[in-house]
Amino acid sequence: MSQPTAIARRFPWHILFFLAPGLLIYVTFSVYPLLDTLWLGLFQEDETGQRFFAGISNYQTLLLDAAWSEPFWNALWNNTKFFIIHMLVQNPIGLFLAALLSSPRLRLSNTYRTLIFMPTMLSVVIIGFVWQLLLSPIWGISEGFLYSIGLGQYFDAWLGKESSSLITLALISVWQFVGIPMMLIYAAMLSIPDDLIDASVVDGSNAWQTFWHVKLPLILPTIAMVSILTFVANFNAFELIYAVKGALAGPNFSSDIMGTLFYRTFFGFQLQSGSITMGAAVATLMFLIILVGVMLYLFVIQRRMKRFQL
Amino acid sequence: MSKPINAMATRLGSLSLGLVLASGSVGAWSAEKLVIESWRNDDSKIWNDVIIPAFNQQHPDIELVFAPTPPSDYNSALQAKLQGGTAGDLITCRPFDVSLSLYTKGNLEALNDLPGMENFSDFARSAWITDDGKDTFCLPMASVIHGFIYNKELFAELELEVPKTESEFFKVLDTIKNESRYVPLVMGTSDQWESATMGFQNIGPNYWKGEAGRKGLLDGSQKLTDTQYVQVWQQMAKWGPYMGRGYEAQKYADSQNLFTLGRGVIYPAGSWDIPTFNDQADFEFAAFAPPVPDGQDSCYISDHTDIAMGINAASPNKAAARTFLSWMASKDFAELYSNELPGFFSLSDHPIEIKDPVAQQFLSWRQDCEQTIRNSYQILSRGTPSMENELWNVSTQVLNGTLSPEAAAQQVEAGLQQWYKPHQ
Repeated sequence: MSQPTAIARRFPWHILFFLAPGLLIYVTFSVYPLLDTLWLGLFQEDETGQRFFAGISNYQTLLLDAAWSEPFWNALWNNTKFFIIHMLVQNPIGLFLAALLSSPRLRLSNTYRTLIFMPTMLSVVIIGFVWQLLLSPIWGISEGFLYSIGLGQYFDAWLGKESSSLITLALISVWQFVGIPMMLIYAAMLSIPDDLIDASVVDGSNAWQTFWHVKLPLILPTIAMVSILTFVANFNAFELIYAVKGALAGPNFSSDIMGTLFYRTFFGFQLQSGSITMGAAVATLMFLIILVGVMLYLFVIQRRMKRFQL
Repeated sequence: MSKPINAMATRLGSLSLGLVLASGSVGAWSAEKLVIESWRNDDSKIWNDVIIPAFNQQHPDIELVFAPTPPSDYNSALQAKLQGGTAGDLITCRPFDVSLSLYTKGNLEALNDLPGMENFSDFARSAWITDDGKDTFCLPMASVIHGFIYNKELFAELELEVPKTESEFFKVLDTIKNESRYVPLVMGTSDQWESATMGFQNIGPNYWKGEAGRKGLLDGSQKLTDTQYVQVWQQMAKWGPYMGRGYEAQKYADSQNLFTLGRGVIYPAGSWDIPTFNDQADFEFAAFAPPVPDGQDSCYISDHTDIAMGINAASPNKAAARTFLSWMASKDFAELYSNELPGFFSLSDHPIEIKDPVAQQFLSWRQDCEQTIRNSYQILSRGTPSMENELWNVSTQVLNGTLSPEAAAQQVEAGLQQWYKPHQ
């Protein structure tokens, strides 16, 4: 095959032909709206609905005017807390469950896997509704449950308090999505060759040492990928907060995240009239924050990651 | 975690929405057929079974289609349809700025010379006129009144009298709290809007003297930090202990359920709750007006102009649309609407008879008390931060006990100062 033939040198039109439909859909529904949003953020509207070019003034308002910047930083900080809770709770639990599931001695592991993964497939609106019912101080069963295990005095209206509403929402989200890191890590663990495990056992390591020194280094790339997926998803989050707390993300904006801030700005809320251009500016900032996070991951973490030849 | 499938579904959803809108437009433009845009999807049955047939008896040549959108999507959906040229001929108007901005953008017709418009007072029209008062752009349909609904049977059981003053009100609440296991005051703060609407705007007019206070806020002669506003929040700060366990996470629907199940006694209400309670409560209930501050003779109620109807400026059937609006200005419509939807009171000057006893009670306060509308609705919610959103937020915090009445007043006033000239 080292001799180039006449056929091989012809332009591979068939590749273009097969790529075209996907590319076309991608450009129309993803690339173009994205660029249009970036562009729209540079405009403003007067009261007659006329649009005019305003440069970066939307961004100046958003970042420097206290009426806008306070909600913005509040939302960004809440978003960060939301992400930290996921990283500290969801991914370790996912890892733990995956380690348990991959144990050859566990029976019914398929059943557990399905049950844990199930909430991921439910609609967020249903999740929000069900958890509101469970946690409701009026109708909910969680109060009785806590009393039955002797912790009744700790029950509170968690979704209604400034101090706890964001944490509660984050934990609900963790409950829903913990199946995804579990499945990804589980798949990575299954791909570890049995020879390696056997070798470590022969060398005299116990189960804990095998996990810590053999399995974990091998699945680190997967954990890094799970982390970045969590990051992107958390900074794009919206549905759960909107379904449970509405667009004002109360009380006192304690559960306000970038998604709900964007919704209020773009569509308006109650008497507040929406601004398409200001909304585009908020969306652009969300995009930039996510972009910076992903870039950091790619250039700082991904490059240093050791990959083992299996 | 994000789901690519979800994103895909959203895209497909918006695509199909676009197709639906596009196909809807074909129907909307055929001759003498009027499409009504509305957020009142609860009312579809009444429009289709009662109102439209009544209109067709007089005008059989005009076909009407009631095409509502869910309330939370209405503003954005309507905006999109108007921009895309696919909106219906008749547009249900929200009060004040949301509709005003449609008019200034040229989406709504001016209705100054509409036959029948003379049946509406300046008060009724106030929510749908330009700031200079020259143009009216929607025909007023109905207002809603605030007050308190109470469980008559529980009142009898606990031998309570209907409270007229503030101190009587708290005495009643104390009695319920100490002598029974019922929730004295059924309201939650989870949805936030009840705190402002059923709390602040409900009892407030008695303190800021209705229209006088509202106009004072508009021209800057009164500030929210004045005593008459702080007093309202001071009253509300005392409500918390009577609102039942976990009210911070209680939603609007939870409150309605608690009350209709007979587990609570007094429900801070809007008159729009009447049809729901008629359907769901199997006990007798009645209403009382917001209790006045001790020693005050005059009373004020929130009689809020809430819903109106305008004409899409791009509609090809404007003549038919005007015919329909003129019919809506008639006594027939006023009577039909107010009775089919007890709690929505016609804004026209026609004397009408209302059959629902509780709705009648609400309406009777118009005779003794002076009327006003919610003070955040005209102009004051136009800027950032919006005063209405601020009121939701601080009133909720006051009820939750996390913000003092004085700090609440300062926060809303500071918000207004940021963008509203008369308060700077």
